[in-house]
Amino acid sequence: MDTNFKHKLLGHMAGNFTCREIAQLVTDYLEGSLTFSERVRFQLHLGLCFACRNYLRQMKFTITTLRQLPVEPVPPHVKEELLQRFRAWKRQSPEPAENPEAD
Amino acid sequence: MHDTLHLDEPGLVRALQSGDEKVFTAVMDWYSGSLLRLAMSSVPSRAVAEEVVQETWMGVLEGIHRFEGRSSFKTWLFRILTNRAKTRGIRESRYEAFGLSASSTGADEGSSLEDSLFVAEGSGKGHWVDPPQAWEPDTPERVLLSKECRSVIENAIERLPGTQRQVMTLRDIEGVSSEEVCNILEISETNQRVLLHRARTKVRRELALYIQENKT
Repeated sequence: MDTNFKHKLLGHMAGNFTCREIAQLVTDYLEGSLTFSERVRFQLHLGLCFACRNYLRQMKFTITTLRQLPVEPVPPHVKEELLQRFRAWKRQSPEPAENPEAD
Repeated sequence: MHDTLHLDEPGLVRALQSGDEKVFTAVMDWYSGSLLRLAMSSVPSRAVAEEVVQETWMGVLEGIHRFEGRSSFKTWLFRILTNRAKTRGIRESRYEAFGLSASSTGADEGSSLEDSLFVAEGSGKGHWVDPPQAWEPDTPERVLLSKECRSVIENAIERLPGTQRQVMTLRDIEGVSSEEVCNILEISETNQRVLLHRARTKVRRELALYIQENKT
């Protein structure tokens, strides 16, 4: 759709969001925290605006990418030390029944 | 991970309480990477972060007999870590990097965050300066295969103010629910969403710059 025409159309629809508002509300939209009416207006804008559709897709892409970041490697010496501490703790640890503070 | 041990959460907690080394090793292997990442978003150096992770596990051992299951084990674990990191932050006089100060939350950013994306005045006012393009056929998997791109993302995360980085680490990287994030960091739902929005907006922007540069 012709960009100017699209923006005129969006501008004429009372209460419609601007592209800037879409960028500001994108997290609220993805988090499901918009009201029903806001959600409808958000989707109406997306339906007419290719750039904002791409922006939303880019945002989703970013989130998926973050979710797939590899785990931070923990050095073996840290784990080894923890295991030693665990064994020391076990030697001293009271049984749950003997611990008056439990629960 | 509970599945690999054939244990449900109460079973796992009981095993830890009784000092089952196999379960402790498995739990430690499973969660330490996540704990380290969160610690790195809360204290100034990796070395301190590693110490905080160790202190967290000691806290787990100290408190496991009193664990009542009111929150999930993972939430409890992250809470111990944030408390230890906070203590560390105070000791290292870096509390401002943790507390909800303006510099830590980015509260002083206001609405300027989106300013650079839109035309400020003239006939094109409010329009995209540079309309977002489709990133296909790129996939997150392919993007992460590139070491360079991964460091673009990781650097962008590192530059975030403290609390924004913690929220993003928990929500987007670790996949913790928003309710649990609020519980772990002791912030309101609205505050959490604002911090998440700022963090995501900045990381997307860096990723966009990288992808665009490498297309041409």
